[in-house]
Amino acid sequence: MKITEQEVRYVAALANLELSEPETARMAHELDEILTYMDKLNELDTGGVEPMAQVLFPAGETATLREDEPGATLSNQAALANAPLSGAGQFKVPKIIER
Amino acid sequence: METGKLTIAQIQAGLRSKQFSAVELAESALAFAEAENPKTNAYLLLAADRALASARRVDAKLSAGEDPGPLAGVPTGIKDVIVTKGLRTTCGSKLLEKFVPPYDATAVARIENAGGVLLGKLNCDEFAMGSSNENSAFGPVRNPAAPDRVPGGSSGGSAAAVAQGTAVVALGSDTGGSIRQPASFCGVVGVTPTYGRVSRYGLVAFASSLDHIGPLARNVDDAATLLGVIAGRDPMDSTSAFAPVQDYRAAMHLPVRGMKIGLPKEYFEGLTSDTRLQIEKGVRLLRQEGCEVLEVSLPHTPYAIACYYIICTAEASSNLARYDGVKYTIRSSRAQTLQDMYRMTRGEGFGAECKRRIMLGTYVLSAGYYDAYYLKAQKVRALIARDFERAFETVDALVTPVSPFPAFKLGEKLDDPIQMYLSDIYTITGSLAGIPCMSVPCGATSEGLPVGMQILTRHFDEPGMFRLAAHFERAGGFTL
Repeated sequence: MKITEQEVRYVAALANLELSEPETARMAHELDEILTYMDKLNELDTGGVEPMAQVLFPAGETATLREDEPGATLSNQAALANAPLSGAGQFKVPKIIER
Repeated sequence: METGKLTIAQIQAGLRSKQFSAVELAESALAFAEAENPKTNAYLLLAADRALASARRVDAKLSAGEDPGPLAGVPTGIKDVIVTKGLRTTCGSKLLEKFVPPYDATAVARIENAGGVLLGKLNCDEFAMGSSNENSAFGPVRNPAAPDRVPGGSSGGSAAAVAQGTAVVALGSDTGGSIRQPASFCGVVGVTPTYGRVSRYGLVAFASSLDHIGPLARNVDDAATLLGVIAGRDPMDSTSAFAPVQDYRAAMHLPVRGMKIGLPKEYFEGLTSDTRLQIEKGVRLLRQEGCEVLEVSLPHTPYAIACYYIICTAEASSNLARYDGVKYTIRSSRAQTLQDMYRMTRGEGFGAECKRRIMLGTYVLSAGYYDAYYLKAQKVRALIARDFERAFETVDALVTPVSPFPAFKLGEKLDDPIQMYLSDIYTITGSLAGIPCMSVPCGATSEGLPVGMQILTRHFDEPGMFRLAAHFERAGGFTL
């Protein structure tokens, strides 16, 4: 057993993801199978291998940097247009400080 | 006008000889798409106003004697994970059901600047996560070649629309095979260019070290033309490559005699006999055309799926963190506190596959597991990339099947995530290495289901890939 339902609840909390009880049970079962499959990687000796974080990028180290000059940006209105709730030019969320 | 079979070259000739105007073509393409779409559910949205406005611009340029661009009047579909200003972009997710982006992806802007006519937005697996297009919140797509079967995924709508003729070309996105696998299932051409070749600005991020945008088309020339338009450095995407864009269409006419083709032996294990037979016919044809065929080995291939599903889920769990109920249209109505707003919005909004990948990704990145899974996978990724480097020391291109089997039935693999993941076995390796790869049609099985042959070349050797693909097409390989 690679992962228990209790661990699934812990990981779901880390991911800010609400799972129902049936979803939690099913997730534990599926993740267990998938993680067991992932064990295959342990057959390989990777001692001395550099991890590959990015595909090769043939350019100088500073090639992607630009002058720090202001350019066109979205207007406040356009940036807020998809917000479920906004007001006074801000995104609005439920109260986070109790009085 | 039969818009369903036109090529880009025919459209250019037709416009210049005044056989039809761009507006007439757009109207006819929109009507055809509207009539045919119920058969596949490929389009989630048709953008008539925008398409006609683009077409009018093309006609105005033509009558003014100006060059309207290499994609003038070409009806183009866009996968719905690529943002379009003012046009709803759902990513196949309930979470973005009402999302209207405030800007255009660079690839979309380049298509329209080149005279392309954006016809509409194409269905896909939710956030491009899936191999069958069954993970769309807006219903599955059906394979035009066999309506009881999947079109492949995640760019299932793009492949189906091109195969069905409701788009001349389409943009898809590919993270582990999401352009090539549906192209092979639907019998069209699908290109995953070198990592960084096409700007991802405006591609909704799934796994950033693996995501690509690329073309789907009915022939090699159309795919080469579209890639030529969208490729190239973009200051809005710092990972886009500086390398100059080569002339892909010119490369199609270079001879292939003497080209060295490698057949990786690991890619000819565990595939169905029908698929093997077709690929063997394809290889025989390449040999007849003068290619030298050698067996090679990519020994780390059996580890690719485990490696990929660790890296892509880790990156996905980070990228999908932004859908938290603050910025993107949907917020749970049950939530009273901030924490509940995050949890409940995400729990209600994401489908099963996204949840599975968020959970897996969060797990492999969590304290105590990072080294065992994520770091290990990154090391294995280096080994897989090295396999390709070694192979390309002796051969110019690799030829493989795209998928071990042809299009499967709707629902067949839905309840078994590992079986679904295994369908990406031959496409994931090229994605991990970041090399250019494409799927070209290679006949059909005895049941009439399309088979795709994959061509892979060195980083930025798209010309070599198109050269081989075009010869294969001209020699009759597509209908073997």
